[in-house]
Amino acid sequence: MKVDKETLQKVAHLARLNIRPEEEDQLLKDMGEILNWVEKLREVNTKGVEPLTHMTGEVNVLRADKAEATIDRQQALKNAPQQDGKFFIVPQVMKRND
Amino acid sequence: MLDVLKKLEEEGYEATIGLEVHVQLNTVSKIFSADANHETEEANTHVSVISLGHPGTLPVLNAQAVEKAVLMGLACGSQISRYNTFDRKSYFYPDLPKGYQTTQDKTPICIGGKIPLFGTNLLQEQVELHHIHLEEDAGKSIHDEEAGTLIDLNRAGTPLIEIVTNPSVAGPDEAAACLQEIRRMVRYLGIGNANMEKGELRCDANISIKKKGDSLLGEKVEIKNMNSFSHVRKAAIFELERQLALKLAGEPVVVETRTFDPATGQTYGMRFKETMNDYRYFPCPDLPPVVLDDQYLAGLQPRANENPRVYRQRLTQKYQLSDYDLGILTEEKETAQYFEALCQQGVEPKSAANWMNGPLRSLLNEEGKNLSEIAIGTQQLAELIKLVEEDKLVYQTAVQQLLPKLPKATKSPLKLAEELNLLVSEDKAELEAIVREVLISLPKETEAFRKGKKKLLGLFIGEVMKKSRGKANPKVVQQELLKALN
Repeated sequence: MKVDKETLQKVAHLARLNIRPEEEDQLLKDMGEILNWVEKLREVNTKGVEPLTHMTGEVNVLRADKAEATIDRQQALKNAPQQDGKFFIVPQVMKRND
Repeated sequence: MLDVLKKLEEEGYEATIGLEVHVQLNTVSKIFSADANHETEEANTHVSVISLGHPGTLPVLNAQAVEKAVLMGLACGSQISRYNTFDRKSYFYPDLPKGYQTTQDKTPICIGGKIPLFGTNLLQEQVELHHIHLEEDAGKSIHDEEAGTLIDLNRAGTPLIEIVTNPSVAGPDEAAACLQEIRRMVRYLGIGNANMEKGELRCDANISIKKKGDSLLGEKVEIKNMNSFSHVRKAAIFELERQLALKLAGEPVVVETRTFDPATGQTYGMRFKETMNDYRYFPCPDLPPVVLDDQYLAGLQPRANENPRVYRQRLTQKYQLSDYDLGILTEEKETAQYFEALCQQGVEPKSAANWMNGPLRSLLNEEGKNLSEIAIGTQQLAELIKLVEEDKLVYQTAVQQLLPKLPKATKSPLKLAEELNLLVSEDKAELEAIVREVLISLPKETEAFRKGKKKLLGLFIGEVMKKSRGKANPKVVQQELLKALN
């Protein structure tokens, strides 16, 4: 199955990946092969078969509504690239264009 | 009808409005993890590896979140989905640590149903629902000019229901009324606090206009995140006017997301591009399906019946209240229950309504308390009202001197009135003496009255009441005065 550049760029954008131009050909080829492989599944007749979303067949795995503190703030922030001891800090997010 | 709706009609257009209402559920813990689900000043303290979205963690669904969502659905008359799954809605935003929101796309827990509207001059009696689904809230972003954007994930994983109406809300007033009823319902059912200022109830509105008779809807504009009834109403009015002006000028309405600025009363376009909304929903494999059966639903039905519509119907049928009284008395369940309890103690419904909406409300406002905090039992208040109605206590005396003493009183109103010497005096001789005294102290007025200035009677009554320290029965005072004057 042929994947065009536009589709590749769209998928990359949705995953927030920057693709270098020299990577494009290889990725187009890889994606095409993956789709070919998945295409194989279409050969199976699935008429009347409900989609399988969960493997175990288990249902109603619920927890009682009890609060429990498992980590403190220091631990929560520990792995953040940037933080001030209270907040995670990320690059400025803009909101509105008026 | 609102001006903007008239204008639309004159130009041959009609409005299409749909609402998406997010309600935070007041569970103790979060929807998929045990971290506390309540407000705190301290950022990032109510978090866990699950709400922080760490790899390899497994969410487990909170049973109470399911129950509260079902209660809302039953109260709206929705069909409850017997088989529920969760889906992942993928998008990137810094306050969504997993890169996806766990929500219900394929199997919303409630399907259909309606929100009854209550108010005057509304164009519809109810708003039909498309569905209600369960999902998790995101964290909060604080935009700081210098430091960048600060992220607090205390709110991440707070259970939400999203109530989605059909695009059949008739106008801005109906949109506000629908939101108001949702808040009442949430509070009656006890499934959330629905404090709009705190963002516990938030509303998005989808607004478009189309030529009358067109089968296709017009270009949709979504106004995000409004947190008051009046903002929703004003934003809808502004947006309908804006879209009509564009159409009449032959310009296109751009499909986009906008925000409402309460300061200017206008809506503004946001930077998000619609093409980015490719959420790639797929079933969340981490959360096994939830199967609900008849027995479970039947068990919740009685609690779902504790909703404002049921109370309004019962109070109307049983007590023939005016719409005004009904509105105030059913705004909160505690008030409605208090009213019913007063009536059960033998107080006339009209009288109970007057006392509750008058003196009792003033007292609550003064003390800054609500009914459950003020600690005036319905038995106490019923006895006080009876004392007044049996002319044993003067109304003003009861309201001004006795009512404020009832909270935490260990004695009955009658005992209190006796102790404070407030009961209407049956002592005729004492009253006659006061009447004589008052008339002597006001010789000019007495003469004027006798010459025909009958309006002065009120002044005399007031003086006598004052001298009797509120203990005289106003009707008897009037009789005695007339006797003395004529």
